[in-house]
Amino acid sequence: MRHVLSLLLENEAGALSRVSGLFSSRGYNIESLTVAPTEDASMSRMTIVTSGSDDVIEQITKQLNKLIDVVKVVDVSEAPHIERELLLVKVRAVGAAREEMKRMSDIFRGHIVDVSETSYVIELTGNQDKLDSFLAALDADLVLETVRSGVCGIGRGERVLKV
Amino acid sequence: MVLTGAEIVVRCLQEEKVDYVFGYPGGAVLFLYDELFKQDKVRHVLVRHEQAAVHAADGYARSTEKVGVALVTSGPGATNAVTGIATAYMDSIPLVVISGQVPTAAIGLDAFQEVDTVGITRPCVKHNFLVKDVRDIASTLKKAFHIASTGRPGPVLVDIPKDVTAQRCEFEYPASVSMRSYNPVVKGHSGQIRKAVQQLLEARRPMIYAGGGVILSNASEKLTRLARLLNYPVTQTLMGLGATPSSDPQFVGMLGMHGTYEANMGMHYCDVLLAIGARFDDRVIGNTAHFAQEQRKIIHVDIDPSSISKRVKVDVPVVGDVGEVIDEMIACLEQMQARPDAGHLDAWWRQIGEWRSRDSLGYRNSDEIIKPQFVVQKLWEVTAGDAFVATDVGQHQMWAAQYYKFDKARRWVTSGGLGTMGFGLPAAMGVQLANPGAPVACITGEGSIQMCIQELSTCKQYRLPIKILALNNRYLGMVRQWQELFHGNRYSESYMDSLPDFPKLAEAYGHVGLRVTRPGDVEGAIREAFARKNDLVFLDFQVDPTENVYPMIQGGKGLNEMILASEDL
Repeated sequence: MRHVLSLLLENEAGALSRVSGLFSSRGYNIESLTVAPTEDASMSRMTIVTSGSDDVIEQITKQLNKLIDVVKVVDVSEAPHIERELLLVKVRAVGAAREEMKRMSDIFRGHIVDVSETSYVIELTGNQDKLDSFLAALDADLVLETVRSGVCGIGRGERVLKV
Repeated sequence: MVLTGAEIVVRCLQEEKVDYVFGYPGGAVLFLYDELFKQDKVRHVLVRHEQAAVHAADGYARSTEKVGVALVTSGPGATNAVTGIATAYMDSIPLVVISGQVPTAAIGLDAFQEVDTVGITRPCVKHNFLVKDVRDIASTLKKAFHIASTGRPGPVLVDIPKDVTAQRCEFEYPASVSMRSYNPVVKGHSGQIRKAVQQLLEARRPMIYAGGGVILSNASEKLTRLARLLNYPVTQTLMGLGATPSSDPQFVGMLGMHGTYEANMGMHYCDVLLAIGARFDDRVIGNTAHFAQEQRKIIHVDIDPSSISKRVKVDVPVVGDVGEVIDEMIACLEQMQARPDAGHLDAWWRQIGEWRSRDSLGYRNSDEIIKPQFVVQKLWEVTAGDAFVATDVGQHQMWAAQYYKFDKARRWVTSGGLGTMGFGLPAAMGVQLANPGAPVACITGEGSIQMCIQELSTCKQYRLPIKILALNNRYLGMVRQWQELFHGNRYSESYMDSLPDFPKLAEAYGHVGLRVTRPGDVEGAIREAFARKNDLVFLDFQVDPTENVYPMIQGGKGLNEMILASEDL
């Protein structure tokens, strides 16, 4: 089962490698991992997408909590939540494809954020499925480069992850 | 008061009441050594290899309730220390290891004697720090001692670049530590404890399974009280030996791969299991699927939530300090006034008695050749069961665990989790320094002792009168045993050829060496060794090279599938 874990951790050098090292040394999966400082500069927030049985997820959560730099861990995917990921895709945009690319971007509510004579960079946010379907809908021969941010997750409603 | 980083480090050690630091100097720690030189509160013990520094600090910590401290230089000093750190990590031993690092400006430039110490040690420490600012030294060391000794204990490494030890700042040692990300649970959940006690009282075939956590929490007297109150059988893991007195009739012996028949059968067929400060290690319960075939309720008390339901699903988890939880269990029992059903308990004890009557630790002694078990038995008799016993790893370690009966906690010092050969002698040094005048034995083999034999020199320098009992069978015995049982007697590289003359080697280091070849001389030799109160005595016992450790559970088998002796094969 796929899970989205959100962590608050001390914004210390090496904190990221403690988390990633834990996953590799204990053989847990990481599908994606994103991290950035929070509004409180002493802390970072990390979102990890992982998968495993309930037992494995329980162990992952316990092991993460055991890390000294980790302040809090929640499984945001165990209740209603929002997931978003950012995709930047550079596509070939010449001739008929130029108009077609613009149309596809509009359909998926993307933005064209860079334009050259032969290419566009399209910015798209959404959950993983949406980004996957967008990429699937594009002519693969015209996709020059893609970059994805990995998933960010947040609980819906009153659920708040804070110290 | 404005001090240098090096002065601050030494002041911090003094504030933490550290009496011994085990270490080895080098370029990156020269300022630190200079400050150690100028004072006499913190005594430095110069080992001969950094691995031994950490093992010695480890032995010191295991035999006391204090944090062990080691000091090593950057690069090879730190990498040599890694085996010691990993050993302590696996057995949850509180250590603070201070390592020197190249100057901050040189970090990352492949400087002389540079390694990423924090990176290398990250998977085998409870936590580690790289101190890049002299103003952080005091607070970091305070945190290091706090983290090492609280919660589930473990080693903490503090890496300090050379320039930081030379910089100056105002020194003030923090009075307390507060960390929002680290607040280990101490008290157990009262509702869970009540539930656990209820389960215990309903048991028909109870078993108490005690591990190293009982020792680390200094809860052996409490556990003994609880066990006596209930009159339930107690088994202990390798790390838990001494958690309740071995001479107590309720003790059914060590369990696991080389545990007693009654302990393993009891563990397998019990209906309520109280696991306390133990972690269902693979060497303890073997095959988890096989273990799960019998229905039983499991109560698991541990300070580390990640130990609970890791290998075995638990019915009643209790997270908290073992001692605190036992206290509350006893209070709960006394309040309830209920007692276990005597009829069922009698029947269970009869069953255990039957298993016990198989005498699974029985062995055939000989008049011609020294049996290794006999040496350990004699050591136990001669020292009246009151010695500190450090071991290395292998057959001798198992025989020591089986035949030396510990009545007190913190007398048994062995590398359980990591299984580190070379641990015994340096660990015994730490034990002897922490317990001057106490009898300290190092039970070892001719293989293991050679992995840290250079420490005989340290023992001479600090006049440590350790008694080394080498069960010399001219084989890497445990490897040979497995090759005999599972690899068609092909003794691939397990024969120890070209052995040194150990007594002469001991003499070369300035100690006393004795070779013992006849069973009749064993007791006399041990007596003589312990009578030499001021000498390290190296006893080289030429033991039966073909002796195997029994009973045994083969890897992957279940607890009720034991081999009691070679005839069972």
